[in-house]
Amino acid sequence: MASPLAQDLAFTATAPSSYDDEAPLVKGGLGFHDITELVSSHTEKKTPFGWYAAFGVANLALLALVVSLAYQIYNGVGVWGNNVPVGWAWDIVNFVWWVGIGHAGTLISAVLFLFRQRWRTSINRAAEAMTIFAVICALIFPTFHVGRVWVIYWTLPIPNSMEMWPQFKSPLLWDVFAVSSYFLVSLTFWLIGLVPDFATLRDRAAVAGKTLRAQIFGFLSLGWTGGNRHWRNYEKAYLLLAGLATPLVLSVHSVVSFDFAVSIIPGWHTTIFPPYFVAGAIFSGFAMVVTLLVVSRKIYGLQNLITLDHLEKMNMVILVTGTIVGFAYITEFFIAWYSGNPYEKYQFFNVRMTGPLAWAYWTMMFCNLVSPQLFWFKKLRRSIPVMFALSIVVNIGMWFERFVITVLSLHRDYLPSSWGYYTPTIVDVGMFIGSLGLFFTLFLLFLRFLPMVAMSEVKGILPQADPHFYDSHEGDGAGDGHARLAPPDASVQAAEDSQRHTP
Amino acid sequence: MKELFRDLLATMGIYDAPREGRVHGLLAEYQHPGALLSAAKRMREEGFRHYDAHSPFPIHGMDGAMGLGNSKVGFSTLGGGLTGLALGTWMQWWMSEVDYPLNISGKPTFAFEYGMPIMFELTVLLAALGTVAGMLALNGLPRPHNPIFHSDRFARATDDSFFIYVSASDKKFDVTKTAEILANAGALHVETVSEPGEDAAGDGVARTETVSADEVPVMTPRL
Repeated sequence: MASPLAQDLAFTATAPSSYDDEAPLVKGGLGFHDITELVSSHTEKKTPFGWYAAFGVANLALLALVVSLAYQIYNGVGVWGNNVPVGWAWDIVNFVWWVGIGHAGTLISAVLFLFRQRWRTSINRAAEAMTIFAVICALIFPTFHVGRVWVIYWTLPIPNSMEMWPQFKSPLLWDVFAVSSYFLVSLTFWLIGLVPDFATLRDRAAVAGKTLRAQIFGFLSLGWTGGNRHWRNYEKAYLLLAGLATPLVLSVHSVVSFDFAVSIIPGWHTTIFPPYFVAGAIFSGFAMVVTLLVVSRKIYGLQNLITLDHLEKMNMVILVTGTIVGFAYITEFFIAWYSGNPYEKYQFFNVRMTGPLAWAYWTMMFCNLVSPQLFWFKKLRRSIPVMFALSIVVNIGMWFERFVITVLSLHRDYLPSSWGYYTPTIVDVGMFIGSLGLFFTLFLLFLRFLPMVAMSEVKGILPQADPHFYDSHEGDGAGDGHARLAPPDASVQAAEDSQRHTP
Repeated sequence: MKELFRDLLATMGIYDAPREGRVHGLLAEYQHPGALLSAAKRMREEGFRHYDAHSPFPIHGMDGAMGLGNSKVGFSTLGGGLTGLALGTWMQWWMSEVDYPLNISGKPTFAFEYGMPIMFELTVLLAALGTVAGMLALNGLPRPHNPIFHSDRFARATDDSFFIYVSASDKKFDVTKTAEILANAGALHVETVSEPGEDAAGDGVARTETVSADEVPVMTPRL
């Protein structure tokens, strides 16, 4: 038994988390059952009053959306502030803003999974839910901007009596395919990830004697038993989905940026847009995740699962992507000057910096380029009030970025005779606030009824989930039938000790 | 052929229904992932094939311990992806080149350059749906009824406990002997799984009700 392999395993046994030089991802010495209890109990207990209060506010805002949409459908898109020359305004701004927010969820669930960032397990469920709800909010705007929303299916290649097909050369049609594929893939990924947790809720409901609840979750969990024959295919499918979602998320915002970049408007016609849009999407999405999680971890008492370390890592992503976005802003100036194109130069050096809407430009610059730089300081990066405030500032900035790109480029293009100004109407405002209402309504329903942390994934990253954690100290690996069978209390104790001793 | 089909279903955790009055199988509970891993390996070495290790999360190294190869889900992904690519290419070509050619600023009626985004999106979409369909098919899900759910203890398999289930359809299965092997592999508790209300007199183990912890022969684990 003194083979080199056995010695390796013995070494692992004495230092269970030696393969991972990070601080423990889950704090407070939580065991498997503690995690189940901590996460599931929130979906099982009586609805707290605070939830009703928040839900009521969100519903009021949602009502604004319903009323605005009804008014818009009845009267036509003329009720919005868009008009020549600013033919595209808050509708596309809101669309791009929401889609961008959604991208952080996919980044956390797919890209960080491929990079084996194990800290993602605590936040991926909530972030993916955010993705799906954000994409739903995003889809409202182009859907209703077509004017006659009852023929929205014309954008899809469905055989029809007019014998016409969609025009595939248009980036707007690429958008239809990109965003709807993105929505379907994200939804599938999320639901598949939920299956083992649905099974947990099913079994807890069955034990508690709540038959209807057990049947609902039994239906949703597809008969999951946690068998290794199932886990094997499940994990492979999860890996493949992550591999597919990664290029997908990059492509979606690239395609969104083509809506602008393929045109010839000064300020839009630029090749930097795809990477710049993707970085901006991740930037705003992470900010939204921080906004949501700072609040929900506090209310849910999940500080041990979603630790300050998790939030700090997200703030680092915000810092990096914010700096990339800022770099892109400056590159745009350089290219405008270096290209020698007078329209391009006018757009950047005159319109944006000193034009009638320059305040929007400077808001964007301050929020996106300057404010995240505070995260260079560890103390600020780990301060809850600072990160909460900054995450909101970042999302305001990212909304203004899309506003600057869309409206500022359109209101001053080639001919001074076709210059104009843009003011939103009350319907525009109602739809934007309403989309926030829809988002928070859906997110609150998610918090109430579904496990907001992926329990099976978090359990899987605990040190005591590693079978070699239990290897006997004589140097025998767990695989050879000599695993140490300590009494239950001792093993839990060992798990807790190992977590405490990790620096 | 029939045997092959049985084994295929067994890879999904779907086993033959036992003859009337017989037990479905044996369920053994283990204390932690390490014990489950060594027990699963032990079962493999003893020649069992119709068994599975149930845990609240995937356990690293379990595929090797159970002698399972690489998952076949990837083929379904590939199939879905190729279908999506072919569909995206063919659809755009046929609609804009053949059925409804439109002159847009003198651009070609069909070109791969502008077709690329939709070809890509449909490839990813169908590959993702193919992955999920393949995963569900290979796992035999959805499967609302599973005899293993008759065990009350098994509810903890999705919480914090670890189980091995051996089906009576396995050629090597014998209630007493298999229970002994499971216990010797370190089980905390072994119980039979049978239909509620079945009379299992023939086995001399199962009772008429869903077996509860008190009624089954509990083997002491060898520590």
